[in-house]
Amino acid sequence: MLKKKRRLKILLLHAILLPTLLFVYSFFTLAPRPWTGVDEAVVEKIAKEHGREARTPLIDTDRGDLLLFVFLGAGVVGGFIAGYCWRKLNEDKTGEGRDKDV
Amino acid sequence: MHRLLLTTLLLAIAAPAHAMHISEGILPLPWALLWFAVAAPFVVLGVKRLNAMAKEDLSFKPLVGLMAAVVFIISCMPIPVPTAGTCSHPCGTGIAAILVGPLVSVVISSVALLIQALVMAHGGLSTLGADIVSMGVVGSFVGYGVFRGLRAAGISLGGAAFAAGVMTDWATYLATSAELASGIRGDAQFLPLFTRIMLAFMPTQLPLGLLEGAMTAGMVTLLARKRPDLLVKMKLLSPSEVSGHA
Repeated sequence: MLKKKRRLKILLLHAILLPTLLFVYSFFTLAPRPWTGVDEAVVEKIAKEHGREARTPLIDTDRGDLLLFVFLGAGVVGGFIAGYCWRKLNEDKTGEGRDKDV
Repeated sequence: MHRLLLTTLLLAIAAPAHAMHISEGILPLPWALLWFAVAAPFVVLGVKRLNAMAKEDLSFKPLVGLMAAVVFIISCMPIPVPTAGTCSHPCGTGIAAILVGPLVSVVISSVALLIQALVMAHGGLSTLGADIVSMGVVGSFVGYGVFRGLRAAGISLGGAAFAAGVMTDWATYLATSAELASGIRGDAQFLPLFTRIMLAFMPTQLPLGLLEGAMTAGMVTLLARKRPDLLVKMKLLSPSEVSGHA
């Protein structure tokens, strides 16, 4: 009985969740006009009226393969951090390893 | 499987980022620097707090990592608001502040905003300080304050989390309005411009604030049901409350 109720709940959740996701997806990709973000509709519009316009980003990742290099850089930094943490994680808890190093 | 499906669907939404983050070049340099100066002490204190808590309990770090992922995803997820014809995003700093504290939440939002500015051109690098102040500092502290205040007044966990989520969102946009109005006004008066920006945000942010409240309440009540020990550890629930529920 309990399992049946749980299954029904999961089914209901999917019946609501999946159409909602498809609805959101269609709005962003298939709608005839894009949904303007408040950054454009409010922030940039009012700023422009007061003589301030949005510039291209200082690091414009749309240029060439810059985005790939950013990801590469992030991967290298992330790799070093992960490696450092891995070393710490596997360090001898009793401190014997540390004594040997000294 | 479900997570994979959800992630794939989210990644498939190939739309430009729409946000309240202030874009590059909108704020004059002196104002941009001022907001960096305002944000800096909170970030430094947040890092110190994070280190202190991680020393106390190593499992705090994975929780912070999880919250960082939550804030990053939530704050770059554009949600259409049919009543306004525009789209924007919730902040996620309310739930982060409730679970890991407002100072650590400032650090989390700083990292999320930095990555968004670097990789997605979602907010500018020169305006990063202003974005940290509005979303990180104001959002986190208001959300945390509302949650703690309402809990002290005897409001239920879900009710307090809902109000905290709503106020986090609205306070963030109030702060953004103030930052914009003070930065771009030139010779114009501050208050009328501030009111105008705030009113322009309202049709989108009023419903989104309620959505953020519902989301925050949902997450906190789910945690209370599934991992009450975590809420006890973060001092959101007392052990007696947990045994009372059980």
